[in-house]
Amino acid sequence: MLALDRKLLRDLWRLKTQVAAIALVMAAGVATLVLAVGAYRSLFETRETYYERYRFADVFAHATRAPEWLAEEIARIPGVAAVETRIVKTAILDIEGMSVPATSMLVSMPEIGDQILNRLYMRQGRTPDPTHSDEVVVNEAFAVAHGFSPGDTFHAIIDGRKRRLTIVGTALSPEYIYALGPWDLMPDDERFAIGWMSRKAMEAAFDLDGAFSQVSVKLLRGASEGEVIERIDALLERYGGRGAYARKDQQSHAFLDAELKQLEAMARILPPIFLFVAAFLINMTLGRLVALEREQIGLMKALGYRSMAIAMHYLKFVAAIAAIGVIIGGVAGTWLGFGMTRLYGDFFHFPFLVFLWGADIYAIAVFVTVGAAVLGGARAVWSVVRLPPAVAMHAAAPTRYRRLLANGWLRGFSQTTIMIGRHILRWPVRAALTVFGISLSVAVLLASLFAFDSIDFMIDFTYFQSDRQDATLEFTLERPALVTSDLERLPGVLAAEPVRMVAVKVRHGHVERRVPIIGKPAGADLSRVLDESFRPVTIPETGFAPSDALADILGVRVGDIVQIETLEGRKRIVDVPVTAVIQGYLGLLSFMDITQVNRLMREGPMVSGAHLAIDESKADELFAEVKDMPLVGSIALQKVSLQKFRETLAENITIMITVYAALAMVIAFGVVYNSARIQLSERGRELASLRVLGFTRNEVAWILLGELAVLTLASLPLGWGLGYIIAWATVQGLQSELYRVPLVITRQTYAEASLVVLAAAAVSALIVKRRINRLDLIEVLKTRE
Amino acid sequence: MGKPVFDVDGLTKVYRTGEVEVHALRGVDMEIDEGEFLVLLGPSGSGKSTLLNILGGLDQATAGTVMFRDIELTAMDERELTLYRREYIGFVFQFYNLVPSLTARENVSLVTEIATDPMRPEEALDMVGLADRLEHFPAQLSGGEQQRVAIARAIAKRPKVLFCDEPTGALDSKTGVRVLEALVAVNQDLGTTTAVITHNVAIGDIAHRVVHFADGKVARIDVNETRRAASEISW
Repeated sequence: MLALDRKLLRDLWRLKTQVAAIALVMAAGVATLVLAVGAYRSLFETRETYYERYRFADVFAHATRAPEWLAEEIARIPGVAAVETRIVKTAILDIEGMSVPATSMLVSMPEIGDQILNRLYMRQGRTPDPTHSDEVVVNEAFAVAHGFSPGDTFHAIIDGRKRRLTIVGTALSPEYIYALGPWDLMPDDERFAIGWMSRKAMEAAFDLDGAFSQVSVKLLRGASEGEVIERIDALLERYGGRGAYARKDQQSHAFLDAELKQLEAMARILPPIFLFVAAFLINMTLGRLVALEREQIGLMKALGYRSMAIAMHYLKFVAAIAAIGVIIGGVAGTWLGFGMTRLYGDFFHFPFLVFLWGADIYAIAVFVTVGAAVLGGARAVWSVVRLPPAVAMHAAAPTRYRRLLANGWLRGFSQTTIMIGRHILRWPVRAALTVFGISLSVAVLLASLFAFDSIDFMIDFTYFQSDRQDATLEFTLERPALVTSDLERLPGVLAAEPVRMVAVKVRHGHVERRVPIIGKPAGADLSRVLDESFRPVTIPETGFAPSDALADILGVRVGDIVQIETLEGRKRIVDVPVTAVIQGYLGLLSFMDITQVNRLMREGPMVSGAHLAIDESKADELFAEVKDMPLVGSIALQKVSLQKFRETLAENITIMITVYAALAMVIAFGVVYNSARIQLSERGRELASLRVLGFTRNEVAWILLGELAVLTLASLPLGWGLGYIIAWATVQGLQSELYRVPLVITRQTYAEASLVVLAAAAVSALIVKRRINRLDLIEVLKTRE
Repeated sequence: MGKPVFDVDGLTKVYRTGEVEVHALRGVDMEIDEGEFLVLLGPSGSGKSTLLNILGGLDQATAGTVMFRDIELTAMDERELTLYRREYIGFVFQFYNLVPSLTARENVSLVTEIATDPMRPEEALDMVGLADRLEHFPAQLSGGEQQRVAIARAIAKRPKVLFCDEPTGALDSKTGVRVLEALVAVNQDLGTTTAVITHNVAIGDIAHRVVHFADGKVARIDVNETRRAASEISW
């Protein structure tokens, strides 16, 4: 081994703490990139593979009762590759040992042969035998939530009749990756099931002999989705068609897509910031580290080493540090990324996972980090290598300081404080860079932690400000409004508020969206709507009130006219003015007065469901009755829903945020520690001579740590500002038609982010303080500056 | 001459670096009197710097005792040594060790701020002939001027003892003489006990006594019957 290479290894070992601190910051940057991009790509690829292997359909349509021969008509539409008709209905479940009723989506399976589309991935057991009408395959998550296995039974209220169903298998389906019950905000595997039964059994149960209620279509490559949808709508119109829709409007797909988009947004916004911070830090610290080697560089030149050889030596030094960082970051990022992919895979119940970690991610990481390191090192090496050896071997001339304020003004300060001030002002760029580095870690923390504030705000808004009901019932069919007073007489019901939901298409100019219109009575108090200033509003008797998200998409304001096309009952197209814009974060919502909805449908006072306020103590009694009510198609419970919402977020977001926050802490520590450490190398002699003059350890430490304290404090407000901007960008990235994330950062979060950074600074200060305590006083008398 | 400021008895210092033991001092006995101007001469590694470091409270002895007046220096811990340096001792280094970010006046203030009965910084700088350089930063001063600022900084707190390690080592003869003049003036005007370490035999002429070191021991002590003025010597 060459002497220079041996020197390299020893230098790395000598500076091991600093090397570790820099490498860790780099590792943090690399890890976020590898983790976020890898997890996103893997999940995306997993979904695509899953869809393809299990033939997830492209277009879906529901009807009340369509004759089976229509399937052939649909198959003849140009661009259609495959058609499968099914019966899809909801049912209330009564499960032993569970007082709360559950809801099930019942889906028919062909009597003979395999499913053509939306195929099941059987986990356990077999498919239902058409000759046994009580057999059902359930989704695995539901079975797991209840500890069910093939052979177990539960009750279902199918079209008003209570029946015992026997589980013969468990399965996964590309159609219900994200299985969301009616009115639920998060999947609840205990309370929402998918049950696949034989077509024959369902035809009999729902009186749909020779008819179907749902059709799925697979398109040929290059087929026009819009045209096929139009043709299907035309065919189904007479049979209670509710408007065909494409994948992007399919619930499971849309939610999954929104989740993946969020992951992608995270991958697009945070890793570049981490990587940038890391690169910046490396550039700064390695540059200064090399500058400290000035005398050694002079010596090597004096010994006859070529400038090139010396430069290579130091570039190897910085590249070695970068390599350590990239390796740690690459391994950690891959490990965390696999973990996160598995976590999401479990959450979505993917039958398998495709891990896709392209070489390009690692290449980018290596390129950015090693590049930044080498650039930082090269700049410093070059400035020294250019000097004649005799000059380089001498210490740099004493730095010229300037007086920046009149003496009188400074009289109140001690000389040590003046030293801090002058040192900062003498190196304004360096101080600014340090401030910037620390502020970035504040910003990254803020941009990670604010998610909790925004979610809390959404929870408060959704569950405590607007949807304050305890339960929501959805009927199997529209019922006369009188049913509301029947509901009020049920045990434990304190109040019942009618709802009429109708699926419609809303159009403004060229923009069109399928949304449900929710009809509410004037003065609705359980489920309220709030305007954009969060004040409860009464929906105007006439007109249409979209949520702000929908209004943005349609490009409408109060006073504009939108066209509404009903997708249920007899098709009607009417022009309606927008009379209010409503605040809403989840989904595309729109509201109308309930009487106006009924008028739109040309029907009398009808309701499709009701919101209930419940006396908690009589809830079991109520649930027992609801389970036996033929008119109830599904029931949603706000409290359970909220709990689920929190749990799911805890599972997904907390882990991701914790990872990012931890990495931000590594950066904060890295910036402060490296700043302090380099300062100590540069000024150790100065500090030691003060110790010789009789200054105590603490007095001397103050000169260095006081400066860091000033810079750290100065970085906080800047960090808050940068953090707000990053959080804003993140929120923009997270927007989808299913969610709008409000940008909420509480003072507590600002304080937390600041405290974490201050703590990281304090820890590095303590480590450096120990070194200051050990300064060699005698060496000072010997060595020259 | 008055009573001894330092009473050194059997002072031994052994450095252990890895497996090697270096005997820097092998039982030194000597006294330094109040107000005395002492020059310590000897080759590198003869132990003079080690003695000065221990007397100055920068290092601890392996064996033997040092009495500073009635206090046993060799029994002090790190904190007490810091206070001792702060209270009684002034240092002048070969390479000045000024704080580059402070002006001449501020460098002196650095010490007067933590001392109990200091002189004004201007007064101290006047004593070394730098009354007109108060507001200059180290980078704006010549080597000799920087060293005189260092002397002013060392004497401004009215130390009992002034230790100088090769104070002229980095200076040319003419400038060195000016620095020595300042040291002698301080010794005479303030009565500060002064010990100067040097390789430079010529400087011995300005001392009351010259202590010769060799192999970690005092080889011999010469007493100058007649001292020469600093301006009379050169090298």
